[in-house]
Amino acid sequence: MAFTLRKDISDASRIINNSFYWTFISPFRGKPVRVRATIAEMVKAGYNSVPIVAVISFFVGIILALQAAYQLKRVGALIYVANLVGVSLTRELSPILTAIIVSGRSGSAFAAEIGSMKAAEEVDALVTMGINPIRFLVSPKLIALMVMVPALTMLSDVIGISGGFLLSVSVLDMHPYNYYQQTINALLVKDVFTGLIKAWAFGMVITLVGAYQGFKVEGGAEEVGRRTTSSVVASIFLVIIFDLFFTMLFYYFT
Amino acid sequence: MQNTEHAIEVTGLRTWYGDREVLKGLTFAIPRGKTTVILGGSGCGKSTLLKHAIGLLKPSEGSIKINGREITTLDEPEMDGVRGKMGVLFQGAALLNSLTIADNVALPIREHTRINEATLQIMVRMKLDLVGLSGFDHFYPSQLSGGMKKRAGLARALALDPEILFFDEPSAGLDPVTAAGLDELIVKLRNVFRMTIIVVTHELPSVFAIADYVIMLEKGQILFAGTLDGLRASDHPRIRMFLERKPEQQTYSPDDYFKVIAGE
Repeated sequence: MAFTLRKDISDASRIINNSFYWTFISPFRGKPVRVRATIAEMVKAGYNSVPIVAVISFFVGIILALQAAYQLKRVGALIYVANLVGVSLTRELSPILTAIIVSGRSGSAFAAEIGSMKAAEEVDALVTMGINPIRFLVSPKLIALMVMVPALTMLSDVIGISGGFLLSVSVLDMHPYNYYQQTINALLVKDVFTGLIKAWAFGMVITLVGAYQGFKVEGGAEEVGRRTTSSVVASIFLVIIFDLFFTMLFYYFT
Repeated sequence: MQNTEHAIEVTGLRTWYGDREVLKGLTFAIPRGKTTVILGGSGCGKSTLLKHAIGLLKPSEGSIKINGREITTLDEPEMDGVRGKMGVLFQGAALLNSLTIADNVALPIREHTRINEATLQIMVRMKLDLVGLSGFDHFYPSQLSGGMKKRAGLARALALDPEILFFDEPSAGLDPVTAAGLDELIVKLRNVFRMTIIVVTHELPSVFAIADYVIMLEKGQILFAGTLDGLRASDHPRIRMFLERKPEQQTYSPDDYFKVIAGE
């Protein structure tokens, strides 16, 4: 038990070290990142997630506005719905919702792809051709998610706030200009910015967990399935842990 | 480079998986420019031996020299230099499913050389023609049969004109006719390109068709190393059993058998 735990930790740290080396350091030593593969990963992980992220963010914006109104109208402070929707979306909910959607869609796909390549000896074949599997498989995904999770988070910010806006002006009978002005006044640049930093970190967490679970596959199809499931569970768990860490950090230092 | 007559020299190779000893001190040499078959029953350690020779596993003890160069102590970038002279055909061909056959064959060339695209395409078509797959450039691996996949895997292994070529169970999962075709290709590669070829297999017909030199393993130890004629002439009982396809003798007495099925 202690032996397997130690091995898991050393495997994980090797994959993390190698991923950062092949993504950030080796391009400056004449081994460039595969640009076309990176763009393909961006399309798969980012562009193809736009509809689901948009729909979920829109609904969450509406839900937030309704829940806020339920409390705020009792004290006659309905206009603060705009503050609550804007701040909680940009600082917290958009990054975490996007990260959960991306770990369900892309994190699991990474684990399944790398895992089935491992099972079919394709990873061994890459090694014998002198191609580092981390550079070939992980670096494009890492870059893609580091760009795409923040991008999707921005989209989620905009659409979520629009959802809250539409609900407020229709159901809650607020004046559109008032809501708009209140949102602008409530939001600070740092609210949006801290949300995007979180999203960037979540992107790395999701890629590395998916890659780790994929490379841990030793057997056949059954283990690929098991590792895919645990990659989703582990990446959502780690995303929440990192969220807690960053939220505490930003609370004290911004 | 051609300083020794042996392409690969292995001395005192030992390996443990956990606390089970898989390879128990192997010492042998593989002659250059010949086809060597590593023969043995299931679980005798022959696939493990192959993984050591291509540097995927590091042995617990012992030395492996390829072209006179010790590979067990090399780090990854140095090892990649040695791998440039080797090609490997895996049991399931191990083609990348997301790429076409042409891109699979082009992959090692693109990674290790700076050849312009037009020349690259010509090289890829030459390799595919060599293995009899002309015209299949734009197929994906999933669209090919098992035998064609192995040929495509062989084209990829040949992409950088290796000196040493490894085959892991080339005829596994193929019908006799396709397997014979692949054997013929192996013989052709040795005769035409003077490559050192190492084949891991347990298929007797293909051993007799391709081997110059045979190393037979059993339970992690070398049972026989020598020429094909020497293997045929051997009167070692285990070798005779293997060559005549006799099953292992049932050694249970009725009482022992009862104990086995009762789980004692």
